Amino acid sequence: MRLVVKGLASIRSGRPVFSGLGFEVESGEALAVTGPNGVGKSSLLRIIAGLLPASEGQFLLEGSDAETPLSEEAHYLGHRDGLKPSLSPFETLSFWQALLGRPLVDPSNALIQVGLGHAAHLPSAYLSAGQRRRLALARLLVSRRSIWLLDEPTSALDAQSEGMFNGLVNEHLTSGGMVVVATHTPLGFSTRSLVMQGGA
Amino acid sequence: MAAFLALFRRDLLLGARIGGGAGVGLVFFLMLVTIMPFAVGPDMALLARIGPAILWVAALLATLIGLDRLFQADDEDGSLDLLRMSPLPLPLIVLAKGLAHWISTGLPLALAAPLLGLLLALEPKALLAVTVTLLVGTPALTFIGAIGAALTAGMRRGGLILSVLVMPLMIPVLIFGISATSAALGGTIPFMTPFSILIALTLFAFVSGTVAATLAIQNAEG
Repeated sequence: MRLVVKGLASIRSGRPVFSGLGFEVESGEALAVTGPNGVGKSSLLRIIAGLLPASEGQFLLEGSDAETPLSEEAHYLGHRDGLKPSLSPFETLSFWQALLGRPLVDPSNALIQVGLGHAAHLPSAYLSAGQRRRLALARLLVSRRSIWLLDEPTSALDAQSEGMFNGLVNEHLTSGGMVVVATHTPLGFSTRSLVMQGGA
Repeated sequence: MAAFLALFRRDLLLGARIGGGAGVGLVFFLMLVTIMPFAVGPDMALLARIGPAILWVAALLATLIGLDRLFQADDEDGSLDLLRMSPLPLPLIVLAKGLAHWISTGLPLALAAPLLGLLLALEPKALLAVTVTLLVGTPALTFIGAIGAALTAGMRRGGLILSVLVMPLMIPVLIFGISATSAALGGTIPFMTPFSILIALTLFAFVSGTVAATLAIQNAEG
């Protein structure tokens, strides 16, 4: 499979954010999107996730079932973790697995993989910022989707968790997945890089 | 279908847990109805006559109170983005959330109505009529309100705007709810005439509320 983006442009509230953006990501490949604040990294990820309309250009997933929209082939990990304080991590993951379909890893195993096995049945309100981030990451494991769209995924993670995160991404890439990651910090897996310039 | 049930169950669970807000509307309803006899005075006949109207108005206001969180809570924590990327179509997401919201906020109002009707000196027939009309009419209030909730999901203090937006649309439901109740207690109009219109309004609200709220969510960002 291959993610192809051609001539993408975004205009938000009448202000052009970026235009003429094009790139390709092959199966097993990670693309790191870097650039100064406000250059449109998050908008780019949200457009590919189908959450924002693109004002111009196209993006598609070659080699996938034409019936499935791209937004259903992608996991999106944004700045907000999408957690409910009153649900436990186990309930959270079970819900997302049932909703998203295509189950991959069992919720309890996913929690063990991100090091939250001990907190599986505590309300999420008691989790620290880093633990909440790890729980948000575990959501990517419970359902099989080939593209991971990650927006600053390592914020709030400590060094050990970052190692765990790199391992998960590498595993996903090895199994033929694709990753597009917006980041400011160097990552522990090999990436091609796309530098977005201000004022483009 | 599994996805629909998963979302429905999650929202019921969230409503029932601490901070879910399912109890807020009910307590508000209780407060409104209990202070009425103090305001109106100890005229049992008058209370019994305006009782159904008091219960309906209180139910409408109690519904409005919880509506602002219907989509806002999911919008704030980013869940709405993830829901939109699920294989479940957005109209069904709105429907699942609306139904769960009605069960945790609207249904308790209808079930509490006969108990509170006793405070208003309603006769048994009136208690039954109010309960049945509320049972049929409150889903319409929830789904009309869902339109406003979807439009104001991204606003920090959207509750007031929401009420102003949807209150006028709820007035037909109020009119036919109360007229069906009065018709059940006697009068020249048969009960089924206003009651059928109330049912029609509810069915119409299911469809139009779901479609309109879907469009509002889809066009929230641009």
